[in-house]
Parts: sequence; structure tokens; C-alpha cells
Amino acid sequence: MTSPITESQAGLINQTPDARGLRKGQKAADDERYDGAGGRVLNVFSHGFLILWAILIILPLLWIILGAFKNNAEIGSSAWSWPSHWSFGSFGRAWDKGIGKFFLNTVIVMIFSVPLTMLFGSMVAYVLARYTFPGNRFFYFLFVGGAMFPYFLALVPLFFMVKNLGMLNTYQGLILVYIAYSLPFTTFFMHSFFKTLPTAIHEAAVLDGASHTRTFFQVMIPMAKPGLLSVGIFNVLGQWNQYILPVTLMQPQSSTDPDRSMLAQGLVNLSLQQGYSGDYPALFAGMVVAMLPVLVVYLSFQRQVQAGLTAGTLK
Amino acid sequence: MQHRKYPFIVGFLIVPLVLYITFVIWPYIQTIGYSLTNWQGESQTFKFVGFQNYSDLFHDGVFRTALWHNILLLIFLPVVTILLALFFAFMVNVGGRSTAGGVQGVRGASIYKVVYFFPQVLSVAILIVLFGAIYRSDSAGLLNGVLTKLHLEDANNPIEWLNDPNLVLWCLLGVQVWAGVGFYLVLFSAAMQSIPKDIYEAALLDGADRSQTFFKVTLPLLWDTVQTSWVYISIFAMDFFALVSGLTQGTYGGGPDHHSEVMSTYLMRNFLYFGKSGYACAQGVMIMLLTMIVSVITLRASRRDRIEF
Repeated sequence: MTSPITESQAGLINQTPDARGLRKGQKAADDERYDGAGGRVLNVFSHGFLILWAILIILPLLWIILGAFKNNAEIGSSAWSWPSHWSFGSFGRAWDKGIGKFFLNTVIVMIFSVPLTMLFGSMVAYVLARYTFPGNRFFYFLFVGGAMFPYFLALVPLFFMVKNLGMLNTYQGLILVYIAYSLPFTTFFMHSFFKTLPTAIHEAAVLDGASHTRTFFQVMIPMAKPGLLSVGIFNVLGQWNQYILPVTLMQPQSSTDPDRSMLAQGLVNLSLQQGYSGDYPALFAGMVVAMLPVLVVYLSFQRQVQAGLTAGTLK
Repeated sequence: MQHRKYPFIVGFLIVPLVLYITFVIWPYIQTIGYSLTNWQGESQTFKFVGFQNYSDLFHDGVFRTALWHNILLLIFLPVVTILLALFFAFMVNVGGRSTAGGVQGVRGASIYKVVYFFPQVLSVAILIVLFGAIYRSDSAGLLNGVLTKLHLEDANNPIEWLNDPNLVLWCLLGVQVWAGVGFYLVLFSAAMQSIPKDIYEAALLDGADRSQTFFKVTLPLLWDTVQTSWVYISIFAMDFFALVSGLTQGTYGGGPDHHSEVMSTYLMRNFLYFGKSGYACAQGVMIMLLTMIVSVITLRASRRDRIEF
């Protein structure tokens, strides 16, 4: 992989073989004039710092993965110990200690919450982006403004709201709350996306007699696919990683109430219990299990993830 | 187009709007209302006490400590994160060898971006477990292990990172910087690449060198992005709940002896542990007000003429 700048430059410059030959001669001369020794020193210098930070990111993660294969004594003795024999036993123990159940809980919630977030967010964004009606701006700011504040400002009343609806520690309660808290960003992102789509096709569909609803589902949604993919991945990662909402809303309400912890929450609970049970390899293995899906999604949709996450601040 | 437009608009808005108002907007408003009462949570009776909670807050030593810690984070978190991110963005985008097309990125720039960005997609829960192990107080912790290996500290006398009153807050700051730099690096890179090439070519023709180009051309054009980032990081600095409650001692964290207390952890402890819901709501409102004030100040103080390109 090379830098995107280089590629685009190459595309612009090297249009014909003739031009390329010409540029090459010029390039050497330019290097001599502009680059000199300074450029090379800077190049080494910048690689040095960049590699250092990359190590700071990667090393702790590798160390944790290695830790999942050690035993308790090895983890406790020194940071530099090496696993004496490689086995996946800790992963089995982590799975039995609840990671498997938490994993399943999270998947159940997200099967409903992510598609519904996308549907409702797009509906709101579409109406606000494409129709003029009194109060349009008001609703836009109402929806987008919710992203301004950290969640925990609403936590106290939210807890009692969900409690009064009888939905504490239930999947449906958490699903509804996830949707509500994902709406601001989804609406914001899809709003700017619908704005950029051409109006001609939309008008043609209306002239052909399609209803507003049909136009939305059969014309606009297919056109908005790239935007939906970006914001969808954003929501998958965001809801998978959500911590404070499940901590508040998904505590067992009685001794017979099953533990419906989400994965992130369950993992922290496991780590807080470590003082008593002291199975560090299982804890690290649990962390690897929680991290793996995120890593796969991230690496396969790397471009959309970066675009989706940074779009909110750039617009 | 007017044909049955309003039923359609209402039909599309109604369900999301009800959900959103029920679970987001209404709780925000209720927080303000409850903050004026002596509500104790479980009991459904409470009475209006005016601004009593707020005046209590200002006399509450723990709250003042927490507020001070948030202010420290508000100052240092954006500065450190943005400087590091700008530095790396500069290195990634213009740190490579020069060519005829001008200055270019280092080799493997996109790999660096992928690696740096990765912590951003990790759950805060993973950060808690990860850094719990890194900051372990004996020599089996990664940080102590590395320092011992480098002979910077005595193996028999390891640093108790998260138990040290003078270090704990900075350790937590370090976690957030570690996780955040990659995001802002990618953000700044995207902004840098949206700057048209001919501006750089013009600067080159005028004989500007790399650092001049960066400070006189790139940075001013990035200013909008830096400003937005500052506001975003500030909002983060007002939070910090998960990291503090997960990594430090005490119910909902804050230890040792309130040295890592932030407003959000104190709020949660008052709400779920002491049952002082009304008081907790008043703290919520204070956090909301401070967030708004900080955002407005940041946007005002850093206002420049917007450069269109």
C-alpha cells in the first residue's frame, strides 16, 4: 500500500509515456534543488517517530494476546514471561465464565437495534433533507443537538423511565434505548448524504406516479447505499462497544433475573472479580474474544470506518 | 409534490421522534427539573428545594476536587492529543522524500493510519482491562516490566501507577491520548489531502521549505478542523466516567482518596450508591452547562476568518 497522495499524483502526472520520461529528468533535478540532505534526514526522523508510536499501539495488544496463553503463575511473575505450553484452555474457561453468554446477548440486541437504527435514522434524515415544511430546521436541530452531550447527563431519569416501562434488564428496553441514542449521528450523517443525491431521479419517480414512501424505499435507499454502509458500520462498532448504557440499564433486578450483561460490561465485571477468582489468562482470552469481531470489521471496512467516524467532525 | 405530502412526513417522523423524545430529550429535561428537588431515588415523594443542591455543590469539597480534575483534563487532553496528532499527520503526509510533484507522504502511510486508528474502534471496556494489566502495580505489569528492563526503575520497588495519588490522573490521561491520537491523525490527514495541490506548488515556487509550508499554508487551512477537534476532545474530557470507574479504587472509582475523582464518577456514586438522585441531577446540569460554556469559549477564542478553497 502506498500513500493516496502518491497514487493520485502518479495518475495526474504520468499520463503518457512521453510525459513520464520528461518528468523523470525533471524530477532528479527537482530533488537536487529542493530535497538535498534535509529531506533524507527528515525521512529517517519521521519514520523513527512513526514506528515508535506504532509499536506503542501494537505491543500492548500483542502482549495481552500472549497473556491469554500463559498460566497464572507466568502472568504474575514477570511481564516478560513466555507461555510454557500453547493451549486454548483459557478461551474455553472464558467462554464458560460468561463471555459466551454475553457475546450472545450482545448479538441478540444488535440484530434488532442496528437495522432499526438505520431505518429510523434514514427516514428522519430523508424527510428533513428533501422536504420543506414548517419546523424542518427545528426538528433537524432537535435530532442533531442530542449528540452534543455525554450520555450520563440523562442517565438518572433514563434509568427511571426504563424502570417505569418495566424494561430494566430486558433486551427490548436496551434495543429501544440504543436506537434512540444512535439517532442523532445517523440522522446527521444521512441528512448530508441525502442532500448530495441528485433530485432528477427522485422527480422522475414521482412523475411516474410512485408514492412518497415507495420513492424512498425503492429509489432513494438504493442510491444511498454507500452512506448507509458507512454509518451502519459506525453503529455496529458503537453499539458493540457501548458501555455506560448497559451498565446502568442491564443489572439483574432480582435473584431470579438472569444476567443479561452485554459483552463490554461483562468483561469489566470479570476483571473486577479477578481479585477473587484470579484467572488472568481467561480474562485476557475474554478480551481477545471481544476484540476479534471488531478487528475483523475494522480491517475489512477500514476505509468506510475511517470515513464514517471522521465525517461527523469534518462536515 | 404537494400531493399527500404532510401525512407522509408525519408518518416518517412520528416513530423515531417518539423514541427519541422518550429516551433522550425528556430525560435531559427531567435532569434539570429533578436537580431542583431533594429526590432520593427510590421514594416517589420529593419536594422542591430551589437551588439548594447547587449551593451544596459549591461547598462540597469532593465536588470541587472533581471539578478541578476535569479542568486539568480539559486543558491537557486537547493540547496533548492535537499536538501529537498534528505531528504525526505532518510526518505521514509530508515526511517522505520529495519528488517533482512536491513533498509527499512517507512510504506505508496508509499502514500507519490503519494501525494508529485501531484503538478508536476498541470498547472502553477493553481499554480498562488492557490498561489495568499495563499499569499493574508490581513488576508483572507491562509498564513496570519495560522500565525495569531499561534499568529506569528498581524491580523490587515498582511504581504503583494507579495507586499513586500524584500519578493516577496522568495515567488515565495517557490512556485517552493513546486511544485518541489515531482518530485525529486520520481526521487531520483527510483535511490536509483536501487542500488543493496548486496551493503547495505555488508555495514551492515561492521558495518555501517544508516547515514554512506547514506553518504558513497547511496549519491555517486546517484551522477549522483543529477547532472542531478541540470541542470534541473537550466533551470527552468532561466525561471520563468509564475509565475512572473501571481503573481506579473505590465504588465507581475515584481513588486513591479522590485523587482521580471526576464529576461524572461522583455523580454516579451519588445516584446509585448514596441514592441522592436530586443532588446527582444537579451535578449533571453543572456538567452540561460547563460543556456548553467550554464549547462556546473554544469556538469564540479560536475564531479566524474562514478560508475558502
